[in-house]
Amino acid sequence: MADIHQLATMLKELDDQLVGCMRCGMCQAVCPLFAQTGKESDVTRGKLALLDGLASEMLKDPEGVNEKLNRCLLCGTCQANCPSGVKILDIFIKARAIMTGYFGLSPVKKAIFRGMLVNPKLFNHLLSFGSKFQGLFTKKADDMLGSSCARFQAPVIGDRHFKGLASKPLHKIVPELDTPAGKSGKKVAIFVGCVIDKIYPNVGEATLKVLEHHGVGVFMPAGQACCGIPTISSGDTSSFDKLVEENLALFEKGEFDYLITSCATCTSTIKELWPSMYQGSSANRMKLRDLAARTMDISEFLVDVLGVEPAKVGGNKTVTYHDPCHLKNSLGVTAQPRTIIKASSGCEYKEMAEAGTCCGSGGSFNIAHYDLSKKIGDRKAENIVNSGASVVATSCPACMMQITDMLSQKKAGVNVKHVMELYAEGLR
Amino acid sequence: MTKDAIIKDFEAIVGSDNVMTSETDRHTYSYDAAVLDSVMPALVVRPTNSEELGKTVKLCNDNGLPLTVRGAGTNLSGGTIPHPGGVVVLTNGLNRILEINEQDMYAVVEPGVVTAKFAAEVASKGLFYPPDPGSQTVSTLGGNVAENAGGLRGLKYGVTKDYVMGVDFWDVDGNLIKSGSRTVKCVTGYNLAGLMVASEGTLGVFDKLILKLVPPVLAAKSMMAVFPSMKAASETVAAIIANKIVPATLEIMDNFTIRTVENFRKAGLPTDAAAMLLIEVDGHPAQVEDEAAKVEEICKQNSASEIKIANDAAERDAVWQARRDALPALANLKPTCVLEDATVPRSQIPAMIAALDEISNKYNLTIGTFGHAGDGNLHPTILTDKRDTKEWQRVEEAIEMIFDRALALGGTLSGEHGIGLAKSKFIESETSPGTLAYSRRMKSVLDPKGILNPHKIIG
Ligand SMILES: Cc1cc2nc3c(=O)[nH]c(=O)nc-3n(C[C@H](O)[C@H](O)[C@H](O)COP(=O)(O)OP(=O)(O)OC[C@H]3O[C@@H](n4cnc5c(N)ncnc54)[C@H](O)[C@@H]3O)c2cc1C
Ligand code: SF4
Ligand code: SF4
Repeated sequence: MADIHQLATMLKELDDQLVGCMRCGMCQAVCPLFAQTGKESDVTRGKLALLDGLASEMLKDPEGVNEKLNRCLLCGTCQANCPSGVKILDIFIKARAIMTGYFGLSPVKKAIFRGMLVNPKLFNHLLSFGSKFQGLFTKKADDMLGSSCARFQAPVIGDRHFKGLASKPLHKIVPELDTPAGKSGKKVAIFVGCVIDKIYPNVGEATLKVLEHHGVGVFMPAGQACCGIPTISSGDTSSFDKLVEENLALFEKGEFDYLITSCATCTSTIKELWPSMYQGSSANRMKLRDLAARTMDISEFLVDVLGVEPAKVGGNKTVTYHDPCHLKNSLGVTAQPRTIIKASSGCEYKEMAEAGTCCGSGGSFNIAHYDLSKKIGDRKAENIVNSGASVVATSCPACMMQITDMLSQKKAGVNVKHVMELYAEGLR
Repeated sequence: MTKDAIIKDFEAIVGSDNVMTSETDRHTYSYDAAVLDSVMPALVVRPTNSEELGKTVKLCNDNGLPLTVRGAGTNLSGGTIPHPGGVVVLTNGLNRILEINEQDMYAVVEPGVVTAKFAAEVASKGLFYPPDPGSQTVSTLGGNVAENAGGLRGLKYGVTKDYVMGVDFWDVDGNLIKSGSRTVKCVTGYNLAGLMVASEGTLGVFDKLILKLVPPVLAAKSMMAVFPSMKAASETVAAIIANKIVPATLEIMDNFTIRTVENFRKAGLPTDAAAMLLIEVDGHPAQVEDEAAKVEEICKQNSASEIKIANDAAERDAVWQARRDALPALANLKPTCVLEDATVPRSQIPAMIAALDEISNKYNLTIGTFGHAGDGNLHPTILTDKRDTKEWQRVEEAIEMIFDRALALGGTLSGEHGIGLAKSKFIESETSPGTLAYSRRMKSVLDPKGILNPHKIIG
């Protein structure tokens, strides 16, 4: 392990960004974690002060700082609301990379990221194997939500109600596509994303159906790798670079106007983290910037590019919408998914309270701090139930998993859908 | 007692989850929103009810441990920077609204209730709690009372002190002292509640607050007036008041701030205007119409080149968004942003503005000025980088000169941000030696060991 002085020197690189925090404390109003714990180390101001303390060698406990730094959903709510415009996520992600460089990656993460994730074929193979056996260990929890829970006491699953692996992933149902632009005159590339591919292939199918309906050409290459968010949020820059390169090589082969995803997390990763965090060649960095500029969330594409508008009034089911942090905070996309719901046949839109607050998933935060994740998620579930809606829609499969868990445990009787599913269901 | 034994005693009171001892936890309570160096406390304790709070205070006193109470830590004067080796006592575990009495129009709250949450809860019952500091989404009512916080509505509705009917507080020996009452009038005994207002945690630890509520506003009208000079704008402020009109809000912005706000969020502000006034009159609909017309006339007489009246909620919101953006927009320009608090009698606003101009030239500093012109409270905001030691030296000198000028014009060291650590060394220049000695004597009687937020206010 390098010495602490060296760590401080590395963190000094963040100094120019850290100094922008005027310690006003306004982030306390919006941080979902702080709302649960009330601890200054759980809110941005505290975390930035800790990094600053370590960089200036005022603090001597890098483990302690690292632990606090990792207690964060990376939801970006603080950044979207910081009066001083501090690039908080950028700081946190860079700091995690520096910390991981200092401490090394945990053996479990090393095995998962470097042994599996960077090798999409092996990853797919292992998970398809897993999908066949998952029934042995789990039992059905809620039929409508399609959730399961552990059959026996299980250390990792705990009392979670989760959506299991699909029996057939999207890459088996539709291995690849390259269709010409139809009546829209537009062609898009589709970045599928791991969760849609392996857990919600129906969302992928709905997306394809919608694009076909609107006469949009689709380039969807086989062999897509993970967008890299789990690796970069754990500070594993080398796995991240590998994943970005694998994906770049695939998408370079196609011609398209926009890169589209139905996963808010993938969209924000491609748009923001690929260009800013990739460390490889400058030629690749240029290409990533170009790709990022053309990357869009599917609802954004439908509304802003194709011009889909709410067409009908009334409907037989009431739908509310949860804003995924990665769409709302990082990309500012909030109106378009609502427009799509209002354009979906049979849906009556109803806004819930605090629609824009985090659901508590936070990727691996859910695994490391399930108790906190659940508390944040419970509040979301309450708001959903109180809205009186029979369906909650969202634009991120990771949020869908978390909300499904919360609603299933509550036996709330509210269904969880992706906006694309609702829209596709209404298309004749 | 050894440190471990003391920690055990605190744990026995509040539970081990509510005692923080790690270096990292302590570090996150070593600063507040003031631009000052941080100081590590030895311990951080979070009581969650009244009894725990009282026992915590007593335990600190029994062991001679300096105690700093902390609400949201948003004060701008170092009031929550702990004493080295002292204890930080958090109030965010004491966050219950105990009563909202609609009939008698008061509320009883614990000190850790967040200001904006309280105001919203009160509004949902058809009542109004006017104090609205810019930090209201996070600041606590205890912190507001301890700082006597003001806000945009100070001119017509007053500041926090005008809403404090009573304070229950723990004295340093752990006795619960009750002051004030639930009645509108109360002259029984010394005005101890009044003494607690602006005491910055140096005289007692608030346990409960009784706060006055008022009827909601029936109608309001906002407008934005553009002026060819800061002088013309500030003379308009004086003229409005001289005409016996008291707007709810009367805010000023200089050209630098206007341009910065417009760059921050395009809202169509007049970037070539030397100054802008943002005005809101409120009250009975008929009175609002009448006052708005008069204010418009006064602005015109004082050479306003343009007056925009908000016709609906969206336009009204746009006016106030421009004001709310002032600090964030300025803060975005430079790494360090020092928000000052120069307060003078209203008639001296033009002179104070001229002084700020002179100071910014003399020290070659970028200063954006905006603030509550109507109550004489300006916020000159110095934009700098604290790491640039030479410039920082000039900033410190400029701050001192701002105070000097404010005092020379009959003003005060602080209109709303408190004295804390940041300004305690200047207090002698505002108060007489006798006043300071009297204050110190009072402090030493009420807190003989000097454990309640040492060195704040009176040094
Ligand atoms: C962006 C921003 C905007 C602001 N706008 C305004 C404004 O418009 N007007 C204004 O007046 N101020 C403003 N402030 C300053 C600050 O928010 C106020 O002073 C506020 O009242 C502090 O509340 P707090 O809960 O953060 O208290 P803290 O900062 O935690 O504490 C302030 C003082 O109160 C004492 N204290 C807290 N709780 C108790 C208690 N229970 N018993 C005894 N003492 C206690 C503390 O010891 C300390 O001395 C602003 C600050 C920021 C960062
Ligand atoms: S809101 Fe921004 S500037 Fe204020 S304390 Fe939080 S991170 Fe710092
Ligand atoms: S990213 Fe989200 S969880 Fe993390 S500090 Fe910011 S608001 Fe809190």
